[in-house]
Amino acid sequence: MEFFRIKKDIPFMKYALVLNAISFITFALAVFFLVTRGLHLSVEFTGGTVMEVAYQQTADIAKVRETVAGLGYKDVIVQNFGTSRDVMIRLPVQQGVTSAQQSEQVLSALKAQDAEVNLRRTEFVGPQVGDELVHGGLMALGMVVLGIVIYLAFRFEWKFGVAAIIANLHDVVIILGFFAFFQWEFSLSVLAGVLAVLGYSVNESVVIFDRIREAFRRFRKLSTREVIDHAITSTMSRTIITHASTEAMVLSMFFFGGPSLHYFALALTIGILFGIYSSVFVAAAIAMWLGVKREDLVKTSRSEGDPNDPNAGAVV
Amino acid sequence: MNRFPIWKYAILVVALLVGVLYTLPNFFGEAPAVQVSSAKATVKVDAAVEQRVREALQAAGVVPDLLQLEGTSVRARFDTPDNQLKAKDVIEKALIPDPQDPAYIVALNLVSRSPAWLSAIHAAPMYLGLDLRGGVHFMLQVDMQAALTKKAESLAGDLRTTLRDKNIRHGGIAREGDNIDIRLRDAATLTAARNLITDQFPELQVAVSSEPDGMQRLRASIKPEATRKVQEQALKQNITTLHNRINELGVAEPVIQQQGLDRIIVQLPGVQDTAKAKDILGRTATLEVRMVDEGTEARAAELGRGPVPFGDEKYLDRNGQAVIVKKQVILTGENLTDAQPGFDGQTQEPTVNLTLDAKGSRIFKDITRENVGKRMAIVLFEKGKGEVVTAPVIRSEIGGGRVQISGRMTTVEANDTALLLRAGSLAAPMEIIEEFTIGPSLGADNIQRGVHSVVWGMAAIAAFMCVYYMLFGVFSTLALGVNVLLLVAILSMLQATLTLPGIAAMALALGVAIDSNVLINERIREELRAGAAPQAAIAAGYERAWSTILDSNVTTLIAGLALLAFGTGPVRGFAVVHCIGILTSMFSAVFFSRGLVNLWYGRKKKLKSVAIGQVWKPEDTSGIRSVAARGDQ
Repeated sequence: MEFFRIKKDIPFMKYALVLNAISFITFALAVFFLVTRGLHLSVEFTGGTVMEVAYQQTADIAKVRETVAGLGYKDVIVQNFGTSRDVMIRLPVQQGVTSAQQSEQVLSALKAQDAEVNLRRTEFVGPQVGDELVHGGLMALGMVVLGIVIYLAFRFEWKFGVAAIIANLHDVVIILGFFAFFQWEFSLSVLAGVLAVLGYSVNESVVIFDRIREAFRRFRKLSTREVIDHAITSTMSRTIITHASTEAMVLSMFFFGGPSLHYFALALTIGILFGIYSSVFVAAAIAMWLGVKREDLVKTSRSEGDPNDPNAGAVV
Repeated sequence: MNRFPIWKYAILVVALLVGVLYTLPNFFGEAPAVQVSSAKATVKVDAAVEQRVREALQAAGVVPDLLQLEGTSVRARFDTPDNQLKAKDVIEKALIPDPQDPAYIVALNLVSRSPAWLSAIHAAPMYLGLDLRGGVHFMLQVDMQAALTKKAESLAGDLRTTLRDKNIRHGGIAREGDNIDIRLRDAATLTAARNLITDQFPELQVAVSSEPDGMQRLRASIKPEATRKVQEQALKQNITTLHNRINELGVAEPVIQQQGLDRIIVQLPGVQDTAKAKDILGRTATLEVRMVDEGTEARAAELGRGPVPFGDEKYLDRNGQAVIVKKQVILTGENLTDAQPGFDGQTQEPTVNLTLDAKGSRIFKDITRENVGKRMAIVLFEKGKGEVVTAPVIRSEIGGGRVQISGRMTTVEANDTALLLRAGSLAAPMEIIEEFTIGPSLGADNIQRGVHSVVWGMAAIAAFMCVYYMLFGVFSTLALGVNVLLLVAILSMLQATLTLPGIAAMALALGVAIDSNVLINERIREELRAGAAPQAAIAAGYERAWSTILDSNVTTLIAGLALLAFGTGPVRGFAVVHCIGILTSMFSAVFFSRGLVNLWYGRKKKLKSVAIGQVWKPEDTSGIRSVAARGDQ
């Protein structure tokens, strides 16, 4: 079986401007939603109490909400979680009341309403922890960016490092934009997913850069633009198959992983889709605009690419 | 060209063998068990205890599947939870004659069902995180400022005594924050006081300033290194106290760890009664013994008819009655080694019996000698609020460090007070800043969900790979299987904690690991398409794909390491598996799959074709030629 029967190199770079414009608009929209709507941060970041309760029958959300509100809590979020029998209740931090008291108070009120209710999980986070998480997350992000730029500069060329990071940071922002637009809950595991996506989609750019380097060595007469087109075309099959495989895994998490992995899988899905787009269309184009040249990558001209090498023939 | 020397195959076989051995314990599941461990530092759990447990079980007719001494605990494994509960009662009866003063903790637990020979090579199942097995997690913040303030307060008291002993007259000693201010009349006393502090209080440093009223002021502050020591000790003592408190809960494998400079993490797996756990842990209490001020002013203040005199503080006792106590602290919870409820031999009144350490006994003896007939108060501080637990009258000098508190108590009150005193000796108050409770059914669900995600995801990938790449797809799938095997084996070896994000990382690692095989297979196809001989195509495919695989895995690893360095909690669990998964994937996807390919094709000298699926060659090759021709000119 062979899915990709491409006869000629596809001139991707001809459309670089349009593709990057699309990319930029998406990015701008993501920033816009991030600014106007903000992220719906989980209790791990904001502090507060989360309770998960399970009923025997379908839970009456409105009634639960009424009961909890009756205890004098403001800004309570009550919603279904996973199935219609599971309910998640989110309470803000309250001065002078311990989390233990809070959750017991709510549970006893719910028990009074329906004795069948069963506490599955509680989670309480003090307000001071959240700030540290944000700090730790930003530090991790910074380290990833720095580490990757340095590694790519060392293995390839600084222009590639910068191009890869710009392309992939834009993925991260777009994922965050989705979370802001749909107000999906942004939790610690989503953060882990987002940072993993950063590493993962840089990996995608690296595969293409690797091909660009190789093509520069092999085909000396091709222009930079043609080399990039060739590199993208020849990795196309691998790109699609790999990502489809990874996505199969992620979808499996999405469907079987239950509510805890739901948003994690969602973040990865968006990350993978935009990862392909940005690596293929954005990263290479940025590297091109940064003026990447044959001389940057091919240090020793003769010995590297032997024209008599039988394996150095036509490559699609 | 596609042959491995014997030693490379040997490495593969050894890696596989080790992988299988260490993965194995995870498949045996867990059985109900009873765990006996020591409740006191002086009590050792050894072979003799094992023997006693064995005899007790035999006498009761409850036969354990396995009974063994593991480290500092004896574990007995049973086939059903019913037998487990029965055995717990039997063992408790045999080992603990006095339930008020247990020497051993008998707790219900789950232990691996894996056979003894696996345990002998230290192959144990992965340690499951709380989100997979259920339980409670707390993060406690230790109030270091309070520890310092307390230290300053006790140093101020010591200073007062020492100055009096040396006959150095001062115009008042007061604690200002973490500093101690001493007012002195003239330069001579100033020098004397200063020398005294330098000689006898190595923890303090002094600074001199003049007061507006012509007095000299000596400001003593705690040195930075002493500050650090105070904080370290406070943390250590709090951890010890938490251990004692948790022992009362009878949890099988509690985790109590320091995190950072001022935090403690407590994890109680399998705890169902979370309310009680919170109650016992959340009781962030510190204990102080102080004298009650019985002057006329203080009496008036006690009745609410005057202000609280200078140097005193007002606290309420349990009945809501005010007690005016001096600020000076005589003893703290540090000096209290034990507190037990009991009965007075003569009056049959319930009592609380305290045991003090050597330093505490000495101080207590002096204080009681000087204050016969007066009252002392035991004040319990919870979250900054003090409450007088009891304020007994001193009847006579008490030496030897054994103190009996009696009067106006019921048996229940005596029990409560003893428990509070015993568990209450925290060096600094603590506050719960993070807390998770995961019900056991949710834990089981999470395991199932995680396993399903991995299994179905892998099945989908395997099916696709086998159809698309034929035999090479089969090799890739086998390599993926080996990857899972090695990943689980390494996690088991490290005894890393597996959490739900960890399982997610495992699934993701597999999804990413297949990338290496896709790269290799695509490369081999490309070489074939370009007209290379099959053997050469395989060799070139692996070789050329390697640098790409290395680069892409290193970048992914950079992200993983950053997560490991800066992440906490679930992020860290994710990062550990993520990083190990990348390393094992490089081994399995490149080295192991190459081994399989070499084994299959390596010996065939005149190989005509390889089963890597259809390799499509464009009929009209002019397009490629034009490009390639330009390149190869």
